[in-house]
Amino acid sequence: MKTENQRAWWLVAPVVLLVAFNALVPLMTVVNYSVQETFGNNQFFWHGVGWFQDVLNSERFHAALGRQLLFTAIILVIEIPLGVAIALCMPKKGFWASVCLVLMALPLLIPWNVVGAMWNIFALPDIGLLGYALNAAGFDYDYTQQPLSAWFTVILMDVWHWTSLVVLLAYAGLVAIPDAYYQAAKIDGASAWKVFRHIQLPKMNRVLTIAILLRFMDSFMIYTEPFVLTGGGPGNATTFLSIDLVKIALGQFDLGPAAAMSLIYFVITLAVSWLFFTLMTRNEAK
Amino acid sequence: MMDLSWMAWTWQTGAFFAVIFLSIAFMGVRERFKPGGHPRRGVLGLDTTRGDRLFITYLGSAFIVLGWLGIMGTPLWGALILALLWGGFVFWKV
Repeated sequence: MKTENQRAWWLVAPVVLLVAFNALVPLMTVVNYSVQETFGNNQFFWHGVGWFQDVLNSERFHAALGRQLLFTAIILVIEIPLGVAIALCMPKKGFWASVCLVLMALPLLIPWNVVGAMWNIFALPDIGLLGYALNAAGFDYDYTQQPLSAWFTVILMDVWHWTSLVVLLAYAGLVAIPDAYYQAAKIDGASAWKVFRHIQLPKMNRVLTIAILLRFMDSFMIYTEPFVLTGGGPGNATTFLSIDLVKIALGQFDLGPAAAMSLIYFVITLAVSWLFFTLMTRNEAK
Repeated sequence: MMDLSWMAWTWQTGAFFAVIFLSIAFMGVRERFKPGGHPRRGVLGLDTTRGDRLFITYLGSAFIVLGWLGIMGTPLWGALILALLWGGFVFWKV
């Protein structure tokens, strides 16, 4: 079928220009850096795919990638069901609905570095409320010394900060379901589980796709909060990919390996995001 | 002439981006003169347009090249042949 009028595409031109300058040009520069060695003062020497080979065979990269994947998997497994559960429990109309929505939006308004600083103090074992309470309850907890405690704190912090986003998206999906569906389910005598499984969950499909994609991409690229909280430690226990990348690029000023690593990181993020999106929208297309 | 030395261009990276942009432009021209970019159901059960298939080709090729480089090392001729075969398969069957 021939499309008659394509002029509306010009409306997209401003966005294309914006993306070209804030994404494409930097990306091209990163690609250029990834195949060269630089000694400062804009002196570059061809290095081919050597940096890529180094990064792909580096144990440091494998370890950071492993930590990153584990962190993202844990975050998604906790935040998505928890967010949906909270959204289901929230009142759908009236005064308390507004109160809940404002409360849920609060963590999202706090800047990332402030969240890290807050949790840094909150979780300190000697003066922080969380750290002190856990130790008083008999747990051996010190996120500055123990990797397990550091992981627990970073995950708890992320769940506190970002579950609200899933809640708000799921809530938006839930309130958009017409009452007729619930009335039909009531007439059929459907249980609460069946209403959830066959009405609410399918109707939330789109918003949950967005929620999973946003949470995947955000958690996979997380930097500020764990950096402020633990600085990547103790040791390298919470050194995720982005923290390691910044260490290589700015700490060691190895721009070539950092560029190669960021491109590998980018391709993985792109592939997983595409996979999630495709799998979750495939059922819809059928 | 704008000074682009900070972007550290090389002819190899220039050629890399030229291939990508030209392939996208070619898809546009092809669609203009020979429309037919509506989604079709392929062997993977996905509904893909021509643009989707180009994206899958490039994304898959990136992993083929990275995988080859990580396991076999250089040279990358084998990876290039595999990537071309992958692209042919995607446009034919996916």
